[in-house]
Amino acid sequence: MSFPRIGAIDCDVHPAVPGMRALLPYLDDHWREQVTVRGIDGLDPSSFPVNAGPNCRADWRADGVKPGSSLERLRADALDAFGSRVAICNCLYGAPSVFNADFAAALARAINDWLAAEWLDREPRLRGSIVLPIQDPELAVAEIERRADDPRFVQVLVPAGGEAPLGRRFYWPIFAAAEKHRLPLCIHAGSTFRHATTSNGWPSYYLEDYVTMSHAFQAQLLSLVAEGVFTKFPGLTVVLAESGFTWLPQFMWRQVKTWRAMRAEIPWVDRAPAEIIRDHVRITLQPTDVPPDASALGQVIDMIGTDRFLLFSTDYPHWQFDGDEALPPGLSESLVRKVLVENPLATYPRLKESVA
Amino acid sequence: MSQSLLDRPSVPGTRLGLIDCDVHHAMRSPRDLDPYLAQKWRDHLGTYGSRKPVPFTGTSPYFKSAPALSRKDTWPPNGGPPGSDLAFLQEQLLDRYGIECGMLHLLSMTGMDQRNQEFGAALCRAVNHWQHEVWTQKDRRLKAAIVVPGEDAAAAVQEIEYWAGNRDFAQVSMVTHTIEPLGRRRYWPIYEAAAAHDLPIGLHTSGFNGHAVTPTGWSSYYAEEHHEVAISQQALVTSLVCEGVLARLPSLRVVMVECGLAWVPSLCWRLDQHWKRMRDEVPHLDGPPSSYVKSQMWFTTQPMDEPERPADLSKILEWIGWDRILFATDYPHWDFDDPETAVKVKLTETQRRMIFRDNARAAYNL
Repeated sequence: MSFPRIGAIDCDVHPAVPGMRALLPYLDDHWREQVTVRGIDGLDPSSFPVNAGPNCRADWRADGVKPGSSLERLRADALDAFGSRVAICNCLYGAPSVFNADFAAALARAINDWLAAEWLDREPRLRGSIVLPIQDPELAVAEIERRADDPRFVQVLVPAGGEAPLGRRFYWPIFAAAEKHRLPLCIHAGSTFRHATTSNGWPSYYLEDYVTMSHAFQAQLLSLVAEGVFTKFPGLTVVLAESGFTWLPQFMWRQVKTWRAMRAEIPWVDRAPAEIIRDHVRITLQPTDVPPDASALGQVIDMIGTDRFLLFSTDYPHWQFDGDEALPPGLSESLVRKVLVENPLATYPRLKESVA
Repeated sequence: MSQSLLDRPSVPGTRLGLIDCDVHHAMRSPRDLDPYLAQKWRDHLGTYGSRKPVPFTGTSPYFKSAPALSRKDTWPPNGGPPGSDLAFLQEQLLDRYGIECGMLHLLSMTGMDQRNQEFGAALCRAVNHWQHEVWTQKDRRLKAAIVVPGEDAAAAVQEIEYWAGNRDFAQVSMVTHTIEPLGRRRYWPIYEAAAAHDLPIGLHTSGFNGHAVTPTGWSSYYAEEHHEVAISQQALVTSLVCEGVLARLPSLRVVMVECGLAWVPSLCWRLDQHWKRMRDEVPHLDGPPSSYVKSQMWFTTQPMDEPERPADLSKILEWIGWDRILFATDYPHWDFDDPETAVKVKLTETQRRMIFRDNARAAYNL
C-alpha cells in the first residue's frame, strides 16, 4: 500500500544540532566564553547513539553528515516523501541532562533560537517544540514565556527519564504556563540518566534501554494522573513521543484497578484513570510495536477505546520502518485519516490556526 | 475443617486439585528464627536489626493499603500476623479451596536483600530451616522456595546446594529489586545451580535495592508503587532474555510472581520488533526474544488484569499462550484473587486445567 498523500501532519521529526559550534551564535557572551574556554561539546544524548540501528535509517544516512542535521534531506526524506503539510521538530540535544540549571537554560534558549532561525524560518512546513530546562521550573517557565509569542512553537518538550516523576508539584508551574499558552507537553523518549534506566539497575545493552524506555513513559503517566495534574490543569494535553502504545491497554486496566482500591490515597483523582488518559494523552505512531498477527493491532487500538489518541509520526531520521511504510498494517481507512490529519489538528491548537 | 465449607458452592479447582502459585506465610516475630540462628547473629539482629536500603526500620517506604498488607479476615486466632498460623491458613485457603499444592513466598525477614551480606546469608539459611520445620514438614501440600542472598552469588549457590534434592523445596527465590538487572553476569552462578538441580527460579516482586522505583525517580504514592513493581518485573524479563541467561541455560525455568500478566504480549512484540534492528548487539540470542519467554517463562495471574470489557481477557490470555499461565491467590494479602471469581472469562475445560493445575506441574516439575 502506498502512503496516502492527504497532507499528513508528522508529529515527530528530529533536526540534529550539529554540535556546540552551531549553537555559539545563539548563546550569550558568558556561556559562549564558557563553552569555548572549557571546550564544552559532545552533548548528543546517550539515549540515541547516532550509529545504532534504530537511530538512522540506512537510506537516510549520508557520509560525513550527522543524521537529521540537513534541512535539504529532511525536506526530501520526511516532508516531500510523505506529502506532509507540516512536521513538528523535536530537538534531542542534551540540554535537559546537564547538571547546571543556568547552563541548561542558556542551552535551551540557544537550541530554540537556532531551530527558529535555521529551520523554521527556512521551511514553512516545519513547527517546533520548545526545549525546556526541566532542571528548574522557574527557568523552564521563563523559556516558555520567552518563546510563546512565536506561533510556530506548538508544544513544550521534556525527556521521559528525568530527575523526579513529572506529576510532582515542583513541576506544576510549567503545566500552568503550557496550559495558558495552549502548548501540549510532549514527553519524548530519552533519559537524563539521573536514575538507572530500569528500577532494577543499569542493563548491559542498548536494546534493553530502548525496550524498557516504555517503562519511563508509564511511570510518567502514573505520576501525572496520581498527583492530580489533569484535575488541576484540565486544559493540559500530554503527547508521548516515540513511546510505543501497545502497552497502553494493560497499563490502563492495571491503573484503574489500583485506583479503585487506593483512591482514598489520591482523592483528587475523581474519575477512572483510563478516562483521564483517553481525554488528555496522545501518542505518536512510531515506533509501533507490531504484533505478529496484523489483526491484533486493530484489536489493541480497540481495547484502548478511543481513535483520538494516535498521532502520525515518521520519527525521521530514526529507523522505524522501510520505504514509505510509515503506517503499520491493520489500521482502517477512517482511522488513518484521523491519525494523519484530524488527531494532530485536534491536539495542537496553535498548529491548527496556522494550517487551517 | 470448618462446617461452613459444606455450604459453599463447588469451586473450580476442587475436583481438579488447584495449585496456588503464590501463598504468603509469615513469622509471628523475627524471634521465630532464633532456633536456627547462631548466637552471634541473634545478637546482631537484636542490636542492629534488619538493615535494607530504605528509610524506616519498621515499615515499607510506601505505606500499604492495609495492616500487614492483608485482608481483614486473615488475622489468625493465634494473635500473630496473617499467614503465621498454619491451622488457620489451612482452613482459610488450602481446605477451603481444595488446594492440592501451595507455593510459599516469604516476604519479610528473608535475608535476600540485607546490606550486611554475611548476615543475609545466615538469615537465608535460618529462614529455610524454619520453612522446612514449621511449614512444609507439617503440611505436605505446601512447597517452599529456597530463599537465597542473591547479591552474593557464591553464598546463594551454597544455599541451593544445601537444600537441593529436598522435595519440600520447589523453587529458588530471590528478591526482584536487585542491585543490577537480574540478567547480569554476577547472578549467573545462581541460575546455573538452579538449572543443574532442576529448580525453577521464582521471582516474586519484592526487596529493596536503593534504586528509584521508576526510571524517572521516586513516586509519591502507593497507588503508583503498587503498579511500578509490576513494571519492574517487565524490566527483569527484558534483562533475563536480552542478557542471554535463558539462551545459555535452555533448561532454566523462570516463574514471574505477583505482577499480573496482560503486559506479556506487548512486551514480547516490543522486544521482537527492536531486536530485529539491534540483533548484532545481542548475538548470543539465536532467535527472537519472545521465543525464550514462550518456552522458559511462566506468569502468575494475580493481581488478575481486568480489562474494561471483560471478554478482552480471553484474547490477552491467548496471546500470552495458555501454557504459560499459572493461577495464584496471593493469600492473605488485600488484593487476594479468589479462585472462584478472579478469572472473569469463560474457559474451556482444558484451559481451566492448564491454568489452575497442569501448567504449574510443568513449571515446578511436581
